[in-house]
Amino acid sequence: MHAETVSEKKAAALAAFATLETEPGVAKPDPILVVDKVVRRFGGLTAVNVDHMEVQRGSITALIGPNGAGKTTFFNQLTGFDTADEGDWTFNGRSLRGVPAHRVARHGMVRTFQLTKALSKLTVVENMRLGAQNQRGENFFRSLIPGFWRGQEDEITERAEELLERFKLDAKRDDFAGSLSGGQRKLLEMARALMVSPELVMLDEPMAGVNPALTQSLLGHVKALREEGMTVLFVEHDMDMVRDISDWVIVMAQGSVIAEGPPDTIMADHRVIDAYLGAHHDAPMSVEEAEEQLQEAEAEIEAEIEEKA
Amino acid sequence: MDWNLIFTRAIEAGIGTEAVIYALAAIGLNIHFGYTGLLNFGQAGFVAVGAYGLATMIATFGLPFWVGVLTGIAGAVVFALLLGIPTLRLRADYLAIVTIAAAEIVRLVVRSIALQGTFGGTDGLEAFSDGFYSMNPYGPGEYGIGPIGFDNRTMWVLTVGWVLVAVFCVLVYLAMNSPWGRVLKAIREDEDAVRSLGKNVFSYKMQALVFGGVVGAFAGFLFALSRAATQPDLFSTELTFYAYTVLILGGAARVLGPVIGAALFWLLLILVKTGMEEAVNHQVITFISVNQVGAINYMLVGLGLVLLLIFRPQGILGDKREIALDAR
Repeated sequence: MHAETVSEKKAAALAAFATLETEPGVAKPDPILVVDKVVRRFGGLTAVNVDHMEVQRGSITALIGPNGAGKTTFFNQLTGFDTADEGDWTFNGRSLRGVPAHRVARHGMVRTFQLTKALSKLTVVENMRLGAQNQRGENFFRSLIPGFWRGQEDEITERAEELLERFKLDAKRDDFAGSLSGGQRKLLEMARALMVSPELVMLDEPMAGVNPALTQSLLGHVKALREEGMTVLFVEHDMDMVRDISDWVIVMAQGSVIAEGPPDTIMADHRVIDAYLGAHHDAPMSVEEAEEQLQEAEAEIEAEIEEKA
Repeated sequence: MDWNLIFTRAIEAGIGTEAVIYALAAIGLNIHFGYTGLLNFGQAGFVAVGAYGLATMIATFGLPFWVGVLTGIAGAVVFALLLGIPTLRLRADYLAIVTIAAAEIVRLVVRSIALQGTFGGTDGLEAFSDGFYSMNPYGPGEYGIGPIGFDNRTMWVLTVGWVLVAVFCVLVYLAMNSPWGRVLKAIREDEDAVRSLGKNVFSYKMQALVFGGVVGAFAGFLFALSRAATQPDLFSTELTFYAYTVLILGGAARVLGPVIGAALFWLLLILVKTGMEEAVNHQVITFISVNQVGAINYMLVGLGLVLLLIFRPQGILGDKREIALDAR
């Protein structure tokens, strides 16, 4: 029964992508996030220059690219942690340009961080409770009278405990988050993001620094997000993971989107190979070139021998 | 050596007006620094705004006592907003620089010759405390247990002061054990994480700055009323640094930390000072004079603070786990 629904959601996501072109900026049937001409410059360096990009609702989309491609900077623009110099982007049709980070989160677009930000001096369950929205006790004057917020706090705690159980952190409930391992912190951060009840979850390198034993469980959790109807956009370097869980892959290089496509074929795309390895890396060498290289090497050796003599 | 005198004075200092004033100033600082991680080096400014808000309204403008109190509170709120709006969006160290400068600006404004008619210049203000002492329920005379005692005016200041300390401790306890306090503690650790969870970090930092600043203003009220006078140079930066010493001694981010810290700080300060004076007067210590005791006493304060930070950075009440787990 469960397996059936899994395949249903996965199939739905894949069906949406089935007929798409693999060109950068290709239009999706039901985009949750649409990005237009977002530019971010640091002095003379243009870190991000994305012409057009769409993220399909209910899918798991991977954002990959070589180091320095501007993936994290792009993430920061979209989530309001940095201001874009130009461009506009809409989430569920609502423009998020210039919207501060906390409002982006309230709209339902929640991110995690590459360097995990578990709040280490709060307990695990307090970390979780912090994620809940519209808390009555977060108003200063109401906070002074526990009666105003106790009931809601109990509901929040219940929801937090359910999530902790699902992420197998329930045994750590009252430990300081600082005592968790790196992988457990990633799990905690993801669980905490779910407390916000997001529609779009943005994961910045969810697998970085996670030991292989935990990787499988993390992958499972990411897939489960899609099953619950959430959309996932994640940045990742680990290609095995990208192939395993993503429905669609967007490739960035030097600040721009250079290619898009399904995970099994995207790595064969010549634009992607060029971006990762440099152009012409595997063009065959001509006989003249080989001869030339040989002579160069011989000349070097001779020069060295003469120097020593 | 008169040990009786030494201990009597020390205990009187530990529960006396200075301890109360510094307890309140440090409670405010605890909200800023201890819970929210705001490096406020201008607590003296909030104390000065409280003291001068009260004194100016009564002594210069002849308004009733309660108008003075409300002005002091409103002044602290405005001061917090002025400080916070330009700096709370920036990194923590900018706040430290701006707050220390802002506190000095307050001090220099109230001591300026141009505004002497309003704030009284370097002489400060007096004759504003009658309204306060007219409410004194203690009749004239000495009150106390055994050798420890205070006159009726000091008793009234101490009664009001310790009640205020208790009230603010309760408020801090309630606020910090609520979802509101949880957001502050989270901000202390990582603002970006809190932002990513949909909380308006700027607004919370501002609320904390105002709350702590208002508590600081109450320290200013007691400071002015206990002396029945206020001078600008009482509010120099050393007031802030003593308040930090008090806070770190007692334990930051603990409700009772500032209270224990203030009582112990003044008890030790006077114990050592009176002890040294007695020792010099009775030729137990011969290589220093009585006039040098004060300076040596403050050197010992500095030494004590250094040793405290090295060997017990969490203070007396702090939680060692919270310190040891610091990942950075």
